[in-house]
Amino acid sequence: MTTLLMGAVAYDPKVVTIWGGFRSWLRARDFDFDFVLYSNYERQAEDLVEGRIHTAWNSPLAWLRTERLAKAAGRTVRPLVMRDTDRDLTSVVVVRTESAAEKVSDLKGATIGVGAVDSPQATLIPRSFLREAGLEPGNDLSVRRFDVGVGLHGDHIGGERDAARALLAGEVDAATMIDTNHLLFGREGTLPAGSTRVLAQTGKFDHCNMSVVDTAPDDLVKRFGELLLSMSYADAEVRPLLDLEGLKMWQEGRTTGYGLLETAVDEEGFYDERGTVTATEYSP
Amino acid sequence: MTNPAEPVVDLETLSFEQGAHLLVQQELLGLRPGQRLGVTGADPALVVHLEVWCRAHGHRVTPALDTDFGVRAWVERGRADLDRWAGAQRAGAPGVDGIVADPPSDWGLAARGALIEVGGPQTPFDITHRDLVWAEIAPALYANAASAQWDPNTAIDWSAPVDNAPEVERAVVQVMTYLIENEQAALVIPAKLLARVHPHFREVLQLLAVQAADEARHMEVFTRRALLTGHEMGTSAVSGRESLSTLLHEAEFSMASFLLSVLGEGSFLNLLEFLDKNAPDPVTRMVTRLARRDEARHVAFGVAHLRHQATLDPDVHRRMRMAVERRYDALVDTAGLNQDVFDSLVILAAGAWTPQAIAKGYEAVMRLQSEMDDGRQRRLVHLGFSGDEAADLSALHTKNFM
Ligand SMILES: [Fe+2]
Ligand SMILES: [Fe+2]
Repeated sequence: MTTLLMGAVAYDPKVVTIWGGFRSWLRARDFDFDFVLYSNYERQAEDLVEGRIHTAWNSPLAWLRTERLAKAAGRTVRPLVMRDTDRDLTSVVVVRTESAAEKVSDLKGATIGVGAVDSPQATLIPRSFLREAGLEPGNDLSVRRFDVGVGLHGDHIGGERDAARALLAGEVDAATMIDTNHLLFGREGTLPAGSTRVLAQTGKFDHCNMSVVDTAPDDLVKRFGELLLSMSYADAEVRPLLDLEGLKMWQEGRTTGYGLLETAVDEEGFYDERGTVTATEYSP
Repeated sequence: MTNPAEPVVDLETLSFEQGAHLLVQQELLGLRPGQRLGVTGADPALVVHLEVWCRAHGHRVTPALDTDFGVRAWVERGRADLDRWAGAQRAGAPGVDGIVADPPSDWGLAARGALIEVGGPQTPFDITHRDLVWAEIAPALYANAASAQWDPNTAIDWSAPVDNAPEVERAVVQVMTYLIENEQAALVIPAKLLARVHPHFREVLQLLAVQAADEARHMEVFTRRALLTGHEMGTSAVSGRESLSTLLHEAEFSMASFLLSVLGEGSFLNLLEFLDKNAPDPVTRMVTRLARRDEARHVAFGVAHLRHQATLDPDVHRRMRMAVERRYDALVDTAGLNQDVFDSLVILAAGAWTPQAIAKGYEAVMRLQSEMDDGRQRRLVHLGFSGDEAADLSALHTKNFM
């Protein structure tokens, strides 16, 4: 087989535009590339490890599951490349400006709005963050989940926006969201400027990566990585696709940015160490 | 420690939710990639949001050290904005002398003279060369047309007395019915061409747009005049519609302009003058007079455009001849002018319902057709045809006048 086959999750119609565009760009450079779309990350992770696809555009959560599934199957996976905009992200715990809370521990007894059950940035990492601050979700504070796009690992912005709206409406005392969305909600008016305050910020974490499995042909994978890394923002042909996919340049993949999520996954029992989905209340 | 050579921007209380990026961006413009900008301000979320904004724009943020007095974070300038505009070029210049002969399709709808980011979609405009559409007189004609727009409601005294004899009024209504049909063709054709011309040739689009607006007014005033006395509309013959349909199908800009404006609207100048002169009532006189004024501009652009074409391309005369012949062949088996229209013109010129008056009217319509022929020949000679050629071609023009 000479075609490099990639999986991607269709979390939005633009995914077709983006990868269709990249496919044309790659094929114009004599690189035989195609992609298949999945409705959720779990099947994509399984298919990657089973070798049905060579590479997968993975959420950070899907990356962790892929790693565990691969290990259990005696395979190895690695992140080939990632977007410059997926490195060193943070999530924030936001309260209304007039809230009495000055530090995270002041949220004891409060209700906190989070994103979808499988959102790394709006649910899993923030819950772990609260836990580390001494507040066990469910015991020391109550959690209200905003499940939109379950199975998309938080790629759908709806859950975070709903949590933000609930915060503004006084339905919850705090809300968690990725830093990018706090600014976005402020600029679009979901959270009018000055209406909220960042109470705390998590440590840095990485987001999506292009995961490859060791059964994929080395030469194809190598060439794929080289071509992606060669995409230049100065190239008018590829720039609109980079804009749509939200990056300025591809960077080498790295595994160092997934520690916070790994801890969260273990604390929650989201996946077991063999990569089995063990999360309750999660049906993608 | 802050380095005095490194600039620092103070956002004061301005937040990124309120446009703080503008101040940061402005400062970064003055730096080279890799150089640093210190950022400070009083918004509690400043550092969080600065990181978000910089990440999305290809800049890097490093936290300030405790010793960096007066700075909350450092921005290392990236190069994405420079890369985006690296190959950008100006779409000519705004003035007429800045027109580019062959503007690329992907300049699209950008203003002439704008700085054009490389890339973007191809556009559907298929008339993309200056020489295919231009006439030096276009900007002046547009300015003239824009200043000569009139309001159908006030430019015409609709309450002026109209008490024509029934057969005369029927003739007026028939002529109006015919005029409306022709005005509709005269609107649709420039409008179709307009949508095909590369917007870089702004003045041509403007002129065609005003021309279409002129025709819209003509449609209105002729319709209002037709309905003024409560009569039903007159007839529309197949032959008239056949004649106009051949105009609708002329794909080439210059040839459409030649057939419609030079020959068709040229002939209409005589027709509208005839109606002005023989109008049985002030409203009919006024609507035809105002329309004629506009038509003179339409003819002027057509003639000027074809003159310009003729200086660039000696083949244009052959193509004009072929266009006339092709249209003649297509219409050779049709009846020409609607008999009802012809009769109505005779009645209007007769002015009375007597054998003598009818004879006078008939002769006037004969004279009208001969004046139209003269006018067409004069314009054809002006375009560089010999007298004999001009006479031959004029004779092949549609009997429908347009
Ligand atoms: Fe007209
Ligand atoms: Fe006209």
